[in-house]
Amino acid sequence: MKKIQVLGTGCAKCKKLEENVALAIKNLGLDYEIEKITDIKDILNYGIMMTPGLGIEGKIVSSGRLLNVREIETILTTDNA
Amino acid sequence: MEPRKKIWLIGILLILWYPIYLNLDTLSSFIVYNIIGLTPGDHLTESIRFFVYEVPKVFLLLALIVFFMGIVRSYFSPEKTRALLGGKNHIFGNISAASLGIVTPFCSCSAIPLFLGFVESGVPLGVTFSFLIAAPMINEIALILLLEMFGWQTALIYMFAGLFIAIFAGWVIGKLKLEHWVEDWVYQMQATNTEFNEKLTFFDRIDRGVEALRDIIAKVWLYIVVGIAVGAGAHGYIPENFMASIMGSDKWYSVPLSILIGVPLYSNAAGIIPVVKVLLEKGASLGTALAFMMSVIGLSLPETIILKKVLKLPLIITFIGIVSLGIMLVGFVFNLIY
Repeated sequence: MKKIQVLGTGCAKCKKLEENVALAIKNLGLDYEIEKITDIKDILNYGIMMTPGLGIEGKIVSSGRLLNVREIETILTTDNA
Repeated sequence: MEPRKKIWLIGILLILWYPIYLNLDTLSSFIVYNIIGLTPGDHLTESIRFFVYEVPKVFLLLALIVFFMGIVRSYFSPEKTRALLGGKNHIFGNISAASLGIVTPFCSCSAIPLFLGFVESGVPLGVTFSFLIAAPMINEIALILLLEMFGWQTALIYMFAGLFIAIFAGWVIGKLKLEHWVEDWVYQMQATNTEFNEKLTFFDRIDRGVEALRDIIAKVWLYIVVGIAVGAGAHGYIPENFMASIMGSDKWYSVPLSILIGVPLYSNAAGIIPVVKVLLEKGASLGTALAFMMSVIGLSLPETIILKKVLKLPLIITFIGIVSLGIMLVGFVFNLIY
């Protein structure tokens, strides 16, 4: 199963992003495992400095933004195309 | 919404913006005198008219600038800024860091990741501080409100004073070589070799502008409305020159005192500037008001305490001390000039 990373130290936006990701996965009926990266050192190792961040299979696709469900769906659809 | 439709809509709004802005005075008079039917010249009427005029004016200016700043910011990510600043260990590094602090997206919640990310990739400590001081202190909300309430000269003075403090404080911290007061684990971190680089189309950037607009208005609208209401009310009720006795330029202690009051206060620019307007109207001097405003916006105790995770206490105290000193200098100089 593919892994999707939600990066954030626990801010409100990070939690909301995680909810949106879960919803997008469910809407599209895809198989992804959500991995939460909460340690600041790990987050920095992904090469970003603004949270929340989003990664697919370890590759960052967004940083410092709370993506809405539709945006995440677009990202996931391209990833599966 | 479809991108092309969205561009059209934004274009139309931009064209409508100017005539509305220009005619706000007429519009607000019409609403207050003709629609609500209040008598002109009456004290309460004029307070209401001031409010009805000022609120949309501030929001129009804010919307325009925040939208364009959102687009501009999409060209400056913290990742790019960090790459630009690496290894620049002289005053030029401080100057670039402070200037980039104005345009790089920043929120106080990301102060720690930014600090770590800068330091681990080899940005010198003093240069990092110049960035971290300028980024929250000089922002478009503060500049627009200053521009709107006191004119462009004051907005420029604030911007350059802020830059001066960020450069000065960062430079001093760099010269003092305080790296040993950074928590030890910070320098043991492995620098990352992956770099997140986003490819954005022009449409994406316009979306970022709209997003910034939505986020910022949602965050500050209440402060602005309350601030202007307080300003409109206080206008008539606080005696003239009430503040001159404690915040006037002839009182040498007014500057340090206002910093002492300002640092523990936590507010954003939108909340504090209408208050500053009242202070100035009631006899506070410009230098003292600037110092108060800068210490509230730029130095806040809760935000500084968060830095405890990465900085040892002596460095936090030094940091607050040097920035306060810089603000004090600015305050004294302006009290002397004006």
